[in-house]
Amino acid sequence: MSVLVYTESENGKLKKSAFEVASYAKAVADQLGSSVTAISFNATSNDELGTYGVSKVLNVTDDKLATFNALAYANSIAQAAKNENIQVIIVSSSTNSKFLAPILAAKLKAGYVPNVVAAPESASPFTVKRTTFSNKGFAHTEITTETKIIGVSNNSFGLKENATTAAVEAFNADLSDADFSVKSIEIDKVAGQVTIADADIVVSGGRGLKGPENWGMIEDLAEVLGAATACSKPVSDMGWRPHGEHVGQTGKPVAANLYIAIGISGAIQHLAGVSSSKTKVVINSDPEAPFFKAADYGIVGDAFEVVPKLIEKLKEFKAQNA
Amino acid sequence: MKILVCISNVPDTTSKINFTDGDTKFDTNGVQFVINPNDEFGLTRAMWFKEKQGATVHIATVGEASVEPTMRKALAIGADEAIRINAVPTDGFFVAEQLANVIKDGAYDLIIAGRESIDYNGGMVPGILATLLGMNFVNTCISLEVEGTTATAIREIDGGKETVQTSLPLVIGGQKGLVQESDLKIPNMRGIMMARKKTLTVIEPVGATVATKDVKFDKPVAKGSVKLVNSAEELVELLHNEAKVI
Repeated sequence: MSVLVYTESENGKLKKSAFEVASYAKAVADQLGSSVTAISFNATSNDELGTYGVSKVLNVTDDKLATFNALAYANSIAQAAKNENIQVIIVSSSTNSKFLAPILAAKLKAGYVPNVVAAPESASPFTVKRTTFSNKGFAHTEITTETKIIGVSNNSFGLKENATTAAVEAFNADLSDADFSVKSIEIDKVAGQVTIADADIVVSGGRGLKGPENWGMIEDLAEVLGAATACSKPVSDMGWRPHGEHVGQTGKPVAANLYIAIGISGAIQHLAGVSSSKTKVVINSDPEAPFFKAADYGIVGDAFEVVPKLIEKLKEFKAQNA
Repeated sequence: MKILVCISNVPDTTSKINFTDGDTKFDTNGVQFVINPNDEFGLTRAMWFKEKQGATVHIATVGEASVEPTMRKALAIGADEAIRINAVPTDGFFVAEQLANVIKDGAYDLIIAGRESIDYNGGMVPGILATLLGMNFVNTCISLEVEGTTATAIREIDGGKETVQTSLPLVIGGQKGLVQESDLKIPNMRGIMMARKKTLTVIEPVGATVATKDVKFDKPVAKGSVKLVNSAEELVELLHNEAKVI
């Protein structure tokens, strides 16, 4: 029995979240007295996983799997899980992981718990802590099935080094045409841009910015910080920014180390969406804005004056600390 | 085309969340229940298929009789018929099995569910449902077109979107984007009157798997008060030396 972790990669390179889920898998394996096996798809740097406690990597090399395909990936992971006599499977909270995990759950008759924020509270019964009610609460959830799937919330567990040597083996699952019945036609994604899911820092703008033409300074601030950009619900509803940037209860949750809200008043739905972020900064001209009650640091002031100054000071800071 | 929209009954997004019975249950006291927003975007898209392509639209909900007002609202928006599976929706695996049982007998071409409910956030139902039924599946779907038996969908991916093509029968996990916020329909009086006469069938659950169980709940620890900062310079200093995030 061992723990299997799905380590995601992009263009052959393992993502940062892959090392976080590997760290988490190692903590689970230690609790169960077992070891960690990873499964990667077309990744070239699998030996790096050893740093985080992975002792074996099943690397799938298949051109048909160059683009993510939920069913084919899930089927491959399910076969690996069966071959390796896996008890617990760990995935991330990326959109792709949340796409394949329920498929995997159905195939393996496994209980799946997403948005998990800490190592299992106990191994028997197997209980994990997760966010629920769209980050307004936590649930302590018991997984009662023999095989268990855990989706780790981004940035919740962090990277934990646990150096060992990862033995990389080739693994090829038995896939049929039926596994490719959903075909990718086009991917529209800006290369090299930090995404909300992967970001350590997120810079977010609200209606206080008055119009989409004023987003330049939000993007500049994000660039200085290596951050992703996001927005509030009204901003995406008005079409100032794409839906994919909408943060909140009906949009995306943000679990960043630093969340900077600019011109966002802080409706309950928005605050729920960002509550898992570690440090929150609010910049707003209205000192009564509810966001001030949820933030760690606040500046009461006009965003159009404060943000350019902040960019300038951050550039100076970076120059000094480079 | 025959469409089934799976509807969850959830607390309104403005609800404050509390727990009861020694923090083992969600406290429904004073909470307003609504159609799960992710499901409502899907229901509204289904209405488009009904108006433009002559689709028949059914809804299904797993829940006790208390969920019927939410189901009547979906009927008032324009769904033709409703099916309620009379059981407490304990976990996603259980709900998916109940729905799969309804779908198996119903000859549906398209199943629309929300990518997750905004209460328990399991995110399991559409994927498990599709897999149990052997149907195609697209999650985080933000656009859907159907021509004959070919479906073209756009799904949200981290940092962008992906266009995919597949065929019916299909299950989608829908969300905002399937229709615009401004396209969501508020039922009018005529719709509400008609909804009262529409068929709402109640069926009993089938024995099913329970894979997860929420044993206890708690709320995030309340934040300490905000530290007000006077200058950008001071903020940079605090983020570096105190919060240690830059």
